[in-house]
Amino acid sequence: MLKALFGNLAPIASHWGWPRVAVDAATWQAIGEALREGKLDLMGEWGDESAVHCALFEAATGQLHIASIAVHDGRVPSLAVFHSPAMRLERAIADLFGHEVTGLPDQRPWLDHGRWAIRAPLAARAVAPRPAVAYRFLESQGPGLHQIPVGPVHAGIIEPGHFRFTASGETVVRLEQRLGYTHKGIERLLRGSKLDEGASIAARVSGDSTVAYSLAYARAVEAALGCRPPQRAVWLRGVMAELERIANHLGDIGAVCNDAAFSMMHAECGILREETLRTCAAAFGHRLMMDRIVPGGTAVDLTPTGQDAILALGQRLRRQFPELVELYDSTASLQDRTVGTGAVGAALAAEFAAGGFVGRASGRSFDARIALAYEPYDVLPIKPVLRSEGDVDARVWVRILEVQASIEWLEAALRTLPAGPVRLPTLAVPAASAEATAIVESFRGDVLAYVRIAPDHCLERCHLRDPSWFQWPLLEIAIDGNIVADFPLCNKSFNCSYSGHDL
Amino acid sequence: MRRRLFKNLVNAPVTEPLGPGGPDAFEAAGEALRGVIARHLGRSLAIREVDAGSCNGCELEIHALNNAFYDIERFGVRFVASPRHADLLLVTGPVTHHMREALERTYAATPAPKWVVAVGDCAAGCGVFAGSYACVGAVNKVIAVDLVIRGCPPTPLDLLRGLIWLLE
Repeated sequence: MLKALFGNLAPIASHWGWPRVAVDAATWQAIGEALREGKLDLMGEWGDESAVHCALFEAATGQLHIASIAVHDGRVPSLAVFHSPAMRLERAIADLFGHEVTGLPDQRPWLDHGRWAIRAPLAARAVAPRPAVAYRFLESQGPGLHQIPVGPVHAGIIEPGHFRFTASGETVVRLEQRLGYTHKGIERLLRGSKLDEGASIAARVSGDSTVAYSLAYARAVEAALGCRPPQRAVWLRGVMAELERIANHLGDIGAVCNDAAFSMMHAECGILREETLRTCAAAFGHRLMMDRIVPGGTAVDLTPTGQDAILALGQRLRRQFPELVELYDSTASLQDRTVGTGAVGAALAAEFAAGGFVGRASGRSFDARIALAYEPYDVLPIKPVLRSEGDVDARVWVRILEVQASIEWLEAALRTLPAGPVRLPTLAVPAASAEATAIVESFRGDVLAYVRIAPDHCLERCHLRDPSWFQWPLLEIAIDGNIVADFPLCNKSFNCSYSGHDL
Repeated sequence: MRRRLFKNLVNAPVTEPLGPGGPDAFEAAGEALRGVIARHLGRSLAIREVDAGSCNGCELEIHALNNAFYDIERFGVRFVASPRHADLLLVTGPVTHHMREALERTYAATPAPKWVVAVGDCAAGCGVFAGSYACVGAVNKVIAVDLVIRGCPPTPLDLLRGLIWLLE
């Protein structure tokens, strides 16, 4: 399909790695139709001052292309009119760049709540601020329906966002999310930043995925500048990424059980998670491993005791985790809450190209570490994990199996860890603007990074797309027909990022 | 499950005693505050956490306070679901414009006497997000702050020491 669409178009020379092509309105429409027919996966759509880009993945060939359409008279045609997963992305493009997305079915603002001093903060020219108007939620009509507004400040220690439930008795008939509360203006801060400043901002897009974001950013920068980090850094990055995955999965498994009032699992998983974070601190000097991955390699080497600490953690997890898995699987009261709850069908997961445990619990096998096989996973593959039930239980099981796969991978990686430096002394300086796109697998799913770097090593444009963009909408669907009390369970099993999405 | 419970009966708890470390681990806004809290609350403290736009790194470490290693409840400190039940707000993030009103309303809903602790470098001074059109900045630009615990994110031990210091 990619070949049929772009076969006779010359790739743009300044974009390294996967090809980027400039397309006209007719091809843009053909992309929309291919997406609608499920021939391509939409991996991201983002704005620029005078263009809109989309990343397309073809599962059959494993190829990824970026297509760009120029903005004419401030207007750009919509993909969402063909393919609804693009809806929020295009609403965000309209908010941030001020482009009019023609045909976009939902014209309500998304990230802009009407409270900034400027409008369209990334537009080439200043636009007058948007007046704060009440957000119009979608309507539900019927006898006995009532609404439950939740947030932005939630009852737990979690990020802010608003959920508007419409319920009939106990049953949810509609959930509508309103996000954007944690919008920090990251993409504008990134514009004009030096590469190292950009790295520390990218590391703080979503704190739980700081390793994955730093890695996506670093890989995109390295691809654009045509440099390769030392081999030891490549492997250390993989080690950090898998440690981050284990820590987050352990936390999530415990938290899902806690939301089903089974606090013993929460306490036990909490102990293993804390031990993992302490191991990270012992090995890399920071519990979340923030700012450890930088363009050109890693900021630190493994500490002298780090390798043994990680291997000891692996041993402990191998001993203790299976007991907890058995406890999860054999507790009827817990299974009663998770099995069959919050189901997402395979067709929807495929349509939204949902990544991570959301996609892999609903039969979509995509895992950037396997499908795109970036280093070091090209040399040492990770064991694939796939379930098809699509419910809370399946999303827990994907995490369980991924923890086990990550432990195995870590042990194998540490056995063959190459010696040598961990960081390039300098990064190449491009003669003209250079750009590239990278995709890496965070614990939550695929993170996309697009960078365009000026010859003075300042970022002209940097876009970071969180996996949650394609998971949040599925949560609205997963809760449909479930009872209100099961929402925390569904929500936790998705564990979408607010900060990563709101940016 | 029975086996697991039995094991936990015979094994020593993982909960750790609080090691040395004092006010130098964080930035204190006033010695007086400590006495005020002791006078009003004795040894109990109900906390409402408010994420005013953080990256969620601080939330992860605040969460960790409840795990078996730190077990903050043994010191009488408890996280509550509503500001109406809270004595203290623990605020994170570079206060985004979109969260400003929610933060103000949460503060208004908290009964007096009440205190505010700003957690993390963003809440302390906007962190790497300084200068953004979307951020108000440090928490003290919106509501009065009584204590600042710095770090990106502060470790659970930093947080624990800060809160214990308030109570002692």
